[in-house]
Amino acid sequence: MAAASQRRSPVLVTMTLAFVGIWVILAAFPFVWTVWGSFKVQADFFSKADWMNAVWGIATTAETGNAFTGAGYEGAWIEREFWRAVLNTGIVVFFTVIISLTFGTLGGYALARSGYRYAFWLLMIALVFRAMPHITLVSGYLLPFFQWNLWGHLPTSIIVLVAINQPFTLWMLHSFFLNIPKDLDESAMVDGCTRFQAFRHVIIPVMWPGVITTGLFSFLLAYNDFAVTAMLLSQENQTMVPKIASFLGTTQVEGQVMYAVAAVVSATAPLFVLIMFFQRQIVSGLTAGAVKG
Amino acid sequence: MPHRTFLWFILPSLVAMILFIALPIGSVIVQSLFVEHTQVLIVSESCGPFGCTETTSIDVQATAALQAAEPLGRFNGLGTYFDRNHLASLEVSQAWSSSASIGEFFSRLTNLPFYSALAFTMTYTFVVTPLVIVLGLFIALGVNSLPQFAKGPTIFVSLLPMIITPLIGSLILFWMIDARGIIGATLQTLFNDGSLSLKASPVLTWITLIVYGVWHSAPFAFIVFYAGLQTVPEDTLEAALIDGASRWERVRYVVIPYMAPLVVFIALIQLMDNFRVFEPIVGFSAQANATSLSWIIYNDLRGDTQQFGSAAATSVLTILGVCALLSPVLIRTWRDFNRKRA
Repeated sequence: MAAASQRRSPVLVTMTLAFVGIWVILAAFPFVWTVWGSFKVQADFFSKADWMNAVWGIATTAETGNAFTGAGYEGAWIEREFWRAVLNTGIVVFFTVIISLTFGTLGGYALARSGYRYAFWLLMIALVFRAMPHITLVSGYLLPFFQWNLWGHLPTSIIVLVAINQPFTLWMLHSFFLNIPKDLDESAMVDGCTRFQAFRHVIIPVMWPGVITTGLFSFLLAYNDFAVTAMLLSQENQTMVPKIASFLGTTQVEGQVMYAVAAVVSATAPLFVLIMFFQRQIVSGLTAGAVKG
Repeated sequence: MPHRTFLWFILPSLVAMILFIALPIGSVIVQSLFVEHTQVLIVSESCGPFGCTETTSIDVQATAALQAAEPLGRFNGLGTYFDRNHLASLEVSQAWSSSASIGEFFSRLTNLPFYSALAFTMTYTFVVTPLVIVLGLFIALGVNSLPQFAKGPTIFVSLLPMIITPLIGSLILFWMIDARGIIGATLQTLFNDGSLSLKASPVLTWITLIVYGVWHSAPFAFIVFYAGLQTVPEDTLEAALIDGASRWERVRYVVIPYMAPLVVFIALIQLMDNFRVFEPIVGFSAQANATSLSWIIYNDLRGDTQQFGSAAATSVLTILGVCALLSPVLIRTWRDFNRKRA
């Protein structure tokens, strides 16, 4: 009987399958196409004659003797030193995630366990802060940072990204800690632990699923950021996304646009791996906020 | 939890938010009241046998000294807010008094940089948000009826457009709609128009950006709805079936009411995120036809002559916009909270 409400007409089944099929193609094809195209030359990827050239690699074969070429990657990574940007992104993202989670777990725990009115107001203010467009905050930073010579350094953008991350991290961890029964840490306190000891010995061992999920979203925010890193980092400290944007200024030269294509594919690869390993956590993280309302 | 303990726990995160979110908001308010110094001019008179000539030149040293002494610039009050690049009070009142019809007034209004950015930002926010919700719900219903083995891979693929860096995602699509890219070339063949370009006309650019926005955000709505669908009780669906409800009626009267709180959640997040639309405009190089509030701030801040005052004024106006957007939610939460306490 359980399947009765699931039974439906063949027409509907076909239509549903077609709809989902179209969506899957819409979602995946741009990536497949760009990864494929990144191994071609510009004359193929941006083919004047016929886009099918990009599939067969006609011009690529004519220019390099092989249907696939790594020229775009070589140009981006070696000639234009994309590896430096990758390294900078690694540093920024690593420290942003670690510091955000440290601050966020402490704050989120406090918000979840405090019954006072101000905890509610802090969450509301955090919601307003979460809605602030990042570029408006950047326009607040620039002048003071220039004056105090803070502009251009990696630590500056790390701490800025941590702060921008905080409202979201607090919300997510707060709703996660609400799900951990109060009795757990309160019984530890009855046994003579201070609040911090209870947190350290009772809460920390059970909080990892929530922290990992939150960490994933902190990672995405830091990794995907353009507004902050583009405005606050000097040329040599640039991370990947602003670096790719800077490739675009020079794409008039034949072949240079392929550097950008190769860099884009390189920057997408880690995200791909991330979803592969953490699909479940990402899905549960997206729904955690929703279930709470 | 005692106040003192609470304070110690929340302190690091509170300090970070005060220093880098609250103070910058104060900082833009202050900056918006100032404008850049005008350059210091020296008028020198050189007299020769055939009379005297006055030459005006820029005193570079004095300008630099003034800049160093007062980095904020000179006080301008609310002047920046009402100049041509922001609220443009003078131009608006002229347009109002000289326009024959409302349509003409609006077309003159959208020639002003601030209003054209505002128009695009609002259109984008209020078109993309409902489309995302509808598309997300349909994908969720579709995926939910797939056989079990196909669900995982479908969700994996669906997450891609959302997780991708916005700038990178828009670049990928931008290259495909290029006149020499796969979609652009196909459209040209389809409409048999060799000069068709999605980048040239404002309308097509707006549509492209909106399509990108829906593509980017639909997975988020999809995942939330999909998780919500798992919680719809089977009994209620069966009861509706026995009562003779068609499939559509079951979706309309059983599933959708269950989804209502999720719709509020998605709408809130999407309104906040779409209001700050920025990266797609950079990625699609769409600034000639479409600008957003975030983009004009970015444009003021980059380059050699950074206009901090102008950027700050737009920022303040944007922040006011965000507050207006959020106010219904805040008021509602405030009422709920008071009701709970009472």
